Amino acid sequence: MAAHRCGLSLVFILIFSSLACHSSCDSLENANEDTEEKQSVSDTPREVNSDGSIAAEDLNERRGRSTDAELDRRDGTRTSEALTPAAAARDEFQEELVIRPLHSGDIYASFQFRTLWDTDFLQEGQKVSHYRLFPKSLGQVLSKFSVRELHISFTQGFWRTMQWGQPFIPSPPGAELWVWFHDTVSDVDGNWKELTNVLSGIFCASLNFIDLTNTVQPSASFKPLGLGNATDHRFLRYATLPREIVCTENLTPWKKLLPCGSKAGLAVLLKSEKLFHSSFHSQAVHIRPVCQDEQCTSKAWELRQTLNVVFDLYTAGQGKKEWSLFKMFSRTLTEACPLATSSKVYVDITDNPEGELFELSPATPLLSQAVVLGDRRTYSVFDLTRAETFGQLRSLNLLLRWKGDGGEMLRPLLHAERYVAGFGLQTGEIHTVIYNNHPYRAFPVLLMDSVPWYLQLYIHTLTVTSKSRDNKPSYIHYQPAKDRHRPHLLEMLIQLPPHSMTEVTVQFERALLKWTEYTPDPNHGFYVGSSVVSALVPSMVAMNTNFTQDQPLFSSFVPVKEESSYFVRVYTEPLLVNLPTPDFSMPYNVICLTCTVVAVGYGSFYNLLTRTFQVDEPSLPLAKRLANLIRRIRGVPLLT
Amino acid sequence: MGLLSDPSRRKVLTGLLTRLNTPICIVCYLAGIVWFMGLAFEPFTLRTYMSENAMGSTMVEERFSSGERALSLAKEFDAHKRKAGGMPVEWLVKAMQSRGLEVFTQSFSRKLPFPDENKERYMVRGTNVYGILRAPRAPRTEALVITAPCSPGNTNNQAVALLLALAQYFRNQIYWAKDIIFLVNEHDLIGTQAWLEGYHHTNITGMEYSPLQGRAGSIQAALSLELSSDVITSLDLVLEGLNGQLPNLDLANLFYAFCQKLGVLCTIQGKLQRNDWDTAEGYTHAAQTMMLMVLKQACGRSWGDHGLFLRYHIEAASVRGINSFRHYKTDATTIGRLLEGMVRKLNNLLERLHQSYFFYLLPSLSRFVSIGYYMPAFGLLAVILLLRVSFPGLCHCFSVSLQPSSPGVLTVLTPVVISHLTGVALYLLPVHLQEMAVEHFPVSETEAVVLTAIAIYTAGLALPHNTQRLLSGEGTEQGWKVLKLTALLYLAVLLGCTALINFSLGFILAVTLVPITASITPHMPKALYALVMVLLSPAFTILYCVFIYQELIEAPVSVSEGWMLFLSVISQGILDHALYGSLVYPLLALFIYPCWLMFWNILFWN
Repeated sequence: MAAHRCGLSLVFILIFSSLACHSSCDSLENANEDTEEKQSVSDTPREVNSDGSIAAEDLNERRGRSTDAELDRRDGTRTSEALTPAAAARDEFQEELVIRPLHSGDIYASFQFRTLWDTDFLQEGQKVSHYRLFPKSLGQVLSKFSVRELHISFTQGFWRTMQWGQPFIPSPPGAELWVWFHDTVSDVDGNWKELTNVLSGIFCASLNFIDLTNTVQPSASFKPLGLGNATDHRFLRYATLPREIVCTENLTPWKKLLPCGSKAGLAVLLKSEKLFHSSFHSQAVHIRPVCQDEQCTSKAWELRQTLNVVFDLYTAGQGKKEWSLFKMFSRTLTEACPLATSSKVYVDITDNPEGELFELSPATPLLSQAVVLGDRRTYSVFDLTRAETFGQLRSLNLLLRWKGDGGEMLRPLLHAERYVAGFGLQTGEIHTVIYNNHPYRAFPVLLMDSVPWYLQLYIHTLTVTSKSRDNKPSYIHYQPAKDRHRPHLLEMLIQLPPHSMTEVTVQFERALLKWTEYTPDPNHGFYVGSSVVSALVPSMVAMNTNFTQDQPLFSSFVPVKEESSYFVRVYTEPLLVNLPTPDFSMPYNVICLTCTVVAVGYGSFYNLLTRTFQVDEPSLPLAKRLANLIRRIRGVPLLT
Repeated sequence: MGLLSDPSRRKVLTGLLTRLNTPICIVCYLAGIVWFMGLAFEPFTLRTYMSENAMGSTMVEERFSSGERALSLAKEFDAHKRKAGGMPVEWLVKAMQSRGLEVFTQSFSRKLPFPDENKERYMVRGTNVYGILRAPRAPRTEALVITAPCSPGNTNNQAVALLLALAQYFRNQIYWAKDIIFLVNEHDLIGTQAWLEGYHHTNITGMEYSPLQGRAGSIQAALSLELSSDVITSLDLVLEGLNGQLPNLDLANLFYAFCQKLGVLCTIQGKLQRNDWDTAEGYTHAAQTMMLMVLKQACGRSWGDHGLFLRYHIEAASVRGINSFRHYKTDATTIGRLLEGMVRKLNNLLERLHQSYFFYLLPSLSRFVSIGYYMPAFGLLAVILLLRVSFPGLCHCFSVSLQPSSPGVLTVLTPVVISHLTGVALYLLPVHLQEMAVEHFPVSETEAVVLTAIAIYTAGLALPHNTQRLLSGEGTEQGWKVLKLTALLYLAVLLGCTALINFSLGFILAVTLVPITASITPHMPKALYALVMVLLSPAFTILYCVFIYQELIEAPVSVSEGWMLFLSVISQGILDHALYGSLVYPLLALFIYPCWLMFWNILFWN
């Protein structure tokens, strides 16, 4: 590699001189990128070889497939005139990256990849064997287990609502999985169990730890996001694994689901060494049925892969307040994924109309407005499908230079947190605090809590107070736990008064587990998953209710039903609760001691308590007995 | 058990115990004392070792380098403290915010039951400022706490400044797996108590505080920092917490390991370690260190901000910088590195500290005495009480007194009840009667409380036997035996329970109470024994402890000074109970003192 760099040093110098007028601070960086770019342009075959044979084959296969797809599409358009439009396979792939400079000085990057699969395999008798852009591994899972909707997320870290505002797609720390099965499924639990095991293999995660003890069926909190209005929550399964740790082994299979892999398009930025050097990392897969077009004449399957990451100003910036694509991902963009119909980078510049907060380069004339999360935002758009985006250097390296300093806490309209109160190992109290920071509007929220059985909730102690007054929930769904079989499920619909803090408390007792039920690290504590607050929050601006194809992906995930409010889901932090734990360090001693005490103590005390003691007459020796015989005959007193 | 089920052998055994009762008791007592003193002898103790795997093998590399900046920050903090005339809350909030922490404040107020003359406070009102460093990619489930008290005057400025410097340095690191809370608390222990109660949403001491806004999950460990000079000669580790609770020994081991690594002189109880265990001086030194620990633990108060954390199952210790004008100096950078190393090791913890001992005594930082070694010393003293129960007269009369027609039980009931009522009076009246006392006598509130306590204590000496005689006439021979039997069993249970929770307290009480209670009968020369009993009563035990403590910390006091100290110790004990829930004062007033009164009653039986 070093030799290679030396060989390219000439190119380096040339480009350096050309860059001198461009930018002074990031010259080194840019130059580096450029060498890499040159390298990839000039030595494409060599790069493929150096990547190893499998990667090369993979790439070839992808390319082959891409041409197939294009051919198909062309065929489709040609034949559509003659045949019915439904016969056309209109698979589609879109990719998008949103960069939002956060209030705290951190930076939020959100990737969304959307694959549309124009098929309807849930129709009777239809067998699907042809996959174009949609990953086959997921397609088979969908058809085998009759999945209607599947949402899975892996998150490392906690989304800091008070500093960062609302994310585009929220997710709890650890792994979360919720699935709606089709209503033809007879054995939902069996399907669910198999599905978790299969997904565990696909994503290299410990989803196989999902079993009946941590699965719930929420009655109201998780409605299907796709087509159709299934309401029977018997076909819904929800589980979280708050302890799941997300790392590169989960990222790699996730990237493999993309049509271009991580070879082209936005996905080249997904390098694990940078993605995991951040404050927050969340990756998700959402599959649901959607309309193919605006009139909803045909259905399609939508696979949305999202990846959200927040980079820390302090640890990554080393004091300098500037961001670039290279600094964040150690790569720059050079091309769109050839299979993508749209490939865009959005940079949120709403807070920065005159450029007083940060400076964005290169500047782009393309602006786009979108209503997202109850706010009208303005974005600079970089369209990667257009060659002029990459400019002279044939690479796009966005650069953000901070001028002001943020740091003040935000006041998001809806915010929730949770903690365990009390001390000692016998009882405790779970406090969930929900804030409504809207100045004058009250709105209802759905609170869902799933608590493992080993925290025995005292549901009679459940209190909901807002503004130090009792706040009676209008709907309560409580399913008590069964020891070792089922967790507690508590769902409540609570009306939050305007500008208020609502506190939900419930007391619990910590159960004493059987000694085989403790984890290998029992003194670490036991996790209780995040509680989920779902709400329709009053919007400041009119939400956009009509769905259009060219809407940016980040604003089109949750369907908007009315103009005046928007849907928000907030996850609280998971809890770590200590249970009474035996001292496992010397089980042997304990067993020995206990056995000895029981054997010796109990045995002898039992003896002492139940026996009656009598002094028995000692039997006389033979000589004395003989003497007594003689004495008796003689009539003298006997010897004793 | 064959021994007990065989009546003739049983007879032999009881015969032996009755015949040799007194010699056996004396031998046990002496053996107990000798065993205890032997604990400080180095060959009998164990070397400390790191039990926790997560903190052991991986030595971290410390890179903290902004000690100088911390010192200039200390000057700035001092200036702002002077300007604000207390804690510069706004400045601290800004300072923490600019270092990238999430900053929150908590205000609290507390009215003391009576004015604290040592610290000159009565109505306490203050603010805690704390900043949370959020660990990247951790879901707010675990936290570590570093606290520095904001003390009045120009003490502890360096601690606060070092805290801020560490926060700045820590913020730029990526490896944190637990959130770190930097807490600057006002009014030392009261502030800590308010913060802890707020964090755990409990109210056990009647404190008024504003609820906390930011939390970071369950706290795994805490370090309290006290530093009042730019350079220090040694670092002192303080472990004794509320009610004699101690943090896990691994925390002490961690501190010792880093002191060794960075070449910082470290002390415990302010005493350096010596290597000459085989000389008399070496042994005395170790014995003194251990005795200091026993005395500090026995008094049940929190000897630093860390002490209050222990109630919440948070392992905590105080690190105190000492500048004793010795030649060898350590600068702020090294202390910062030491703390960095400790915090990083704690950050590596996978579970709570639980591997090592929770019950131990330290004759030096590198040697410890575990519970298995020190408990026999107490056991030898406690067994005396049980041996005295088997004293033949007592055994016999017990079986007699259980018969319903016998008057024995009733005669016992009166002194027991009266003693305990005296105890309740001693517990309740001093605080509740202070206003009346201040009205009638020319004393301050604090003096009123302490003097009322002493007055009730003294009055109790006159009360029980007089009333008892008044109620039931002359005591019978059998009556006192039943009373003594009850009192012995009671004392044995009391001391046993105390020693399990707070060994030092149990042991000190046993040393003074056991000899006299074991030997007391009404047939002794009254005046002499009354004097001996008073001199070995719980109050005098406290007085002796004050003198011994002063002797051990090499600040001997005269009798009058000692008396003043004794008075302040009593007032502190009552205050600790009211403010932090220390249990030593109620234990002494409600149980030990009435128990002692029962024996006093026996002496004056007829």
